[in-house]
Amino acid sequence: MLEQVKQALLDPVGIGDLELDRLIGQLCGSRMDYADLYFQYSRHEAWSLEEGQVKSGSHSIDQGVGARAVMGEKSGFAYSDELQIPALLDAARAARAIAQSGDDKQVAMAWQGVKVPALYTSLDPLASLKDEDKIALLERVEAEAHAQDNRVKEVMANMAASFEKILVVRSDGVLAADIRPLVRLNVTVIVEQNGRREQGHAGGGGRTGYDYFLDSDRALGYAREAVRQALVNLEADEPPAGPMTVVLGPGWPGILLHEAIGHGLEGDFNRKGTSAFSGRLGEKVASDQCTVVDDGTLKDRRGSLTIDDEGTPAQRTVLIENGILSAYMQDNMNARLMKVPSTGNGRRESYAHLPMPRMTNTFMVAGQYDPQEIIASVDKGLYAVNFGGGQVDITSGKFVFSASEAYLIEHGKVTRPVKGATLIGNGPDVLNRVAMVGHDLELDSGVGTCGKEGQSVPVGVGQPTLRIDGLTVGGTQV
Amino acid sequence: MTLSPSENNSVITETYINDALQADLCALVESALTEAKARGASSAEAAVNTSRGFSVTVRLGDVETVEHNRDKSLGVTVYFGDHSGSASTSDFSPGAVRDTVHAACSIARYTAEDPFGGLADKEQMATRILDLDLHHPWDLTVSKAIKMAQVCEQVARDSDKRIINSEGATLSSHEGIEVYANSHGFLGGQRSSRHSLGCSVVGQDDSGMQRDQWYTVARRAQDLDSAEAVGARAAQRTLRRLNARQLSTRKAPVIFEAPIASSVLGHLSAAIRGSNLYRKASFLVDHQGKQLFAPHIQIHEDPHIHRGLGSSAYDNEGVATHQRNLVTDGILQGYLLDSYSARKLGLQTTGNAGGVHNMIIDPGEDDLSGLLGTMGEGLLITELIGFGVNILTGDYSRGAAGFWVKNGEIQFPVDEITVAGRLQDLFSGVVKVGQDVDFRKNIRTGSLLIDNLTIAGS
Repeated sequence: MLEQVKQALLDPVGIGDLELDRLIGQLCGSRMDYADLYFQYSRHEAWSLEEGQVKSGSHSIDQGVGARAVMGEKSGFAYSDELQIPALLDAARAARAIAQSGDDKQVAMAWQGVKVPALYTSLDPLASLKDEDKIALLERVEAEAHAQDNRVKEVMANMAASFEKILVVRSDGVLAADIRPLVRLNVTVIVEQNGRREQGHAGGGGRTGYDYFLDSDRALGYAREAVRQALVNLEADEPPAGPMTVVLGPGWPGILLHEAIGHGLEGDFNRKGTSAFSGRLGEKVASDQCTVVDDGTLKDRRGSLTIDDEGTPAQRTVLIENGILSAYMQDNMNARLMKVPSTGNGRRESYAHLPMPRMTNTFMVAGQYDPQEIIASVDKGLYAVNFGGGQVDITSGKFVFSASEAYLIEHGKVTRPVKGATLIGNGPDVLNRVAMVGHDLELDSGVGTCGKEGQSVPVGVGQPTLRIDGLTVGGTQV
Repeated sequence: MTLSPSENNSVITETYINDALQADLCALVESALTEAKARGASSAEAAVNTSRGFSVTVRLGDVETVEHNRDKSLGVTVYFGDHSGSASTSDFSPGAVRDTVHAACSIARYTAEDPFGGLADKEQMATRILDLDLHHPWDLTVSKAIKMAQVCEQVARDSDKRIINSEGATLSSHEGIEVYANSHGFLGGQRSSRHSLGCSVVGQDDSGMQRDQWYTVARRAQDLDSAEAVGARAAQRTLRRLNARQLSTRKAPVIFEAPIASSVLGHLSAAIRGSNLYRKASFLVDHQGKQLFAPHIQIHEDPHIHRGLGSSAYDNEGVATHQRNLVTDGILQGYLLDSYSARKLGLQTTGNAGGVHNMIIDPGEDDLSGLLGTMGEGLLITELIGFGVNILTGDYSRGAAGFWVKNGEIQFPVDEITVAGRLQDLFSGVVKVGQDVDFRKNIRTGSLLIDNLTIAGS
């Protein structure tokens, strides 16, 4: 793969090993601890359907090189979207200015390729289906949604694919390449009954081609799921307000883990001591039943990476083991400053952004309880199975995530649906309240995008059914 | 190590946006339109953006990052009768421009006929490009920027011993130009600049850590607040949050402090956006002419404020923008429409392709302490987190932090609570608008006193 990517990114602009030597020499100078170049070429397309028709489509191409020089806790960064040697030398010089002095270093690197088996296909997903078939697929999704129920009034469906080739060139002589496909399909439906309108969303995707949506008519399943959710919401009552026992369904509700503890365990915040989890390795931060991992090595998953954006092979990192905090997620810079190895979590939105520690696929491993048994154990509570987004303040530890499909549990039974509401809790505390962990681990369907400091990256989450004794439910009914 | 900033003069932001660059960009968009016509497109539009600048972050007195940004992109939309396609590229070479137009044309072969699509009507095009004084490049060296950020952070860190850590202070300075052209013959260019300085610090006491931040932003460097003022405000905002507790669940009046009150009006702008209206995905479908707010509320759009952060002489379709009333005496006067949604609704575009340009609610006579006095007992909200807002139904439920108020005085900080209600009730429940207007956003408002929301806590 390395040769293939070098051929695609470097050959057309006449950059060979000697030119890489020169660029790294310029970027690194004599005083830097570390430097890297990140070459990226990406293509993206999107098709969208509404009112029964695919009315718009778009295509974009972006390419460029990010140049970073690191000295201690300092990073100098510049980028260029012109893949020409003079522009790249300019970018390298600008990035290196952070050191203020020091001479160019003459380097002759013995470039070493990183060889790891790819976790996903290197085929271009944009070409995985003919354009007319993409349109036809969206039209089938729309028809499927309408066929479910005559209360379905609007169907919106979007399908998008991106294809990236990246090459990391590091001052320690490491060269690493990756080819990353990513596809996604989303359906939103609006239903109406007696003047009341409600909506439902569903979707999925991964690092595959569009054929993923054709397998077992998966895309049509999204349409049915979106309609089902919307119809449930038509019957939903006002949600309760106040602390309750909350049972979270499996899969996407794992956004709990992403917000409550995931961000707080990223290496940058912990190196700086600004996270509510700083300095707490080895401490008990969750009930004994909780083991949480971040795993970038799952095949074809949206959050997976064969290598991260610093050339480190992705890995499975156990963050919390039986309730004990066991690791932070690290990129190169924070790992070096904290004197631990990188965990392969160095990620960036694009060549125009600096890398930082980010999650991949973050989930809790399965426990022992049957989900029905968990629900039956609750006298009065909330059963929340679908969510919108979430957010966390990593310093105070307070986090929220917003339910979009929820039910009351009364006397051990799921009774009536209630409207969506935001749930709020305290990250370092909430997993201590996990009283039961189900055996039904599920990962989400491939829809998550995580934002941090203005950078978006695709991620995955997952969990089994969980019972949490005491989360504040932000409804309206006092 | 310490840095000696005076030596760091290697990179200087000099004005790079000049007439020659603008002429090049005009030629570029026109070449794209020519190519589209050559390929048989019945009409086309092209927009190019380019920007340049840098940002520096200082943390604990030392430089953390120096980032240089230079971005550019060209976007093209072509129409073949009622079929359209779009494509964009960051490569401005003639070959890439041809490929991009080609990609847009090839998409148009597959998209469905849409009689509501196409360019905005020719008679709507701005005929005169107002100079709104948006471009004020800052002759600032990286070393000077570092110095300002250091002063800002130092003031924050020195202000109290409970400030124990910092996420740093960031100064950024950017300028850019966008040129838009379409086959009606419209060709416009707008230059702009944007400079900001922000600081975020962490405070700690026996109850744990809290952080907060403050920032200043302006088109023109001399309109920024001083580094000292920003640092002091960041520290003060962090310190006042320490020792926060949960409230018990209750209903109470609330005040959205000005810096976050704009989010409430942001939900209004989303609910009256054309794309949400023609899809019937808003709770304000068919609400033009209806009473949304109390009769004392006036909201207008003023796209022509000199140096305004949301100012623009024309919208993303070349349509002239103009001052207008959105809410008069509490009654909704109009929507935010582009040409597509306007045609779908049987209305005229309002020049809002790309969004609202300076949405302003008229301030009242009271400052924040006056609002606190009027409220008597209730919640002052200073932070909102999460995304629990449903524009289709108006259901609203978000995480919050702030202060409990009694007898018009702040009593203690609160966090780990939610506020919930319906946007319909939030709007109609605005009792007072403060005169403490926050000018840092496209939406300008003072603090908002709202009569009754549900607070969920312990």
